[in-house]
Amino acid sequence: MSQFVALWCAAVALACAILAVTRPAIVHALIWLVAALLSLAACFFALGASFAGAVQVLIYAGAIVAVFVFVVMTVDASPEALARERARLAEGWKRPAAAVAMVAMPLALGLASGAAQPVAGPEQSLGALLFGPWALAVEAASGLLLAALMGARHLGRRRRDG
Amino acid sequence: MSATTLSLLLILAGGLFVTGFFGLLARRAILFQLISLELMLAGPALAFLAGGAFHGSQQGQGMFVLIVILAAAEVALGLALYLALGRVADVEDSDTITRLRH
Repeated sequence: MSQFVALWCAAVALACAILAVTRPAIVHALIWLVAALLSLAACFFALGASFAGAVQVLIYAGAIVAVFVFVVMTVDASPEALARERARLAEGWKRPAAAVAMVAMPLALGLASGAAQPVAGPEQSLGALLFGPWALAVEAASGLLLAALMGARHLGRRRRDG
Repeated sequence: MSATTLSLLLILAGGLFVTGFFGLLARRAILFQLISLELMLAGPALAFLAGGAFHGSQQGQGMFVLIVILAAAEVALGLALYLALGRVADVEDSDTITRLRH
């Protein structure tokens, strides 16, 4: 039964992704991106990959989207945005509510009651894989991340003169 | 999991990738293109995890960890480039960057 939940959540993620790339407002697209990533995390949990699901929630939907939000905060801010946002919410609450209902439906029906099958053994075997045979790949990935962050810091610094 | 579930999950993963690709090509604002790149990375992540669950192997999750690291590096560099371009040249969409010097 958890296969059905995985398929359902992946389909919801696809619908949210289509909405994310078609919304005209950047904040709406960002919220739909969060919805897609969170329902994808639910799909991972249903597949039995609980470590991947936790990483998806913490890093993808948490850290990466938080960086996006920080950048979006520099884009626009207007004082009368609140009233406009209320008017928008009054007319456009149906699609988010439908998405929430679609994500919550398998849970409400009790289909996810059975525990998900673990992929292969406990999570310790994933650590043994990452720090055993794949240690070189993990080191390369950490070097890539360090280089990217140093590059971002270099690009983001303020120049003294022009 | 059955082979039918695996192929359906792979179809959905391909749909995620194609959706992100469409967004990357169709939208012109750089932030939208970065969001589309995130979706393009989410598609293969789902494919790796579905394959790992089908074959009963942890290597799908291992590839997912590498994909997450790649996505974090890409977002950090992309957003820093976006901020730097906006500060230096007042660039907000990728049509105005026909050459990377001004």
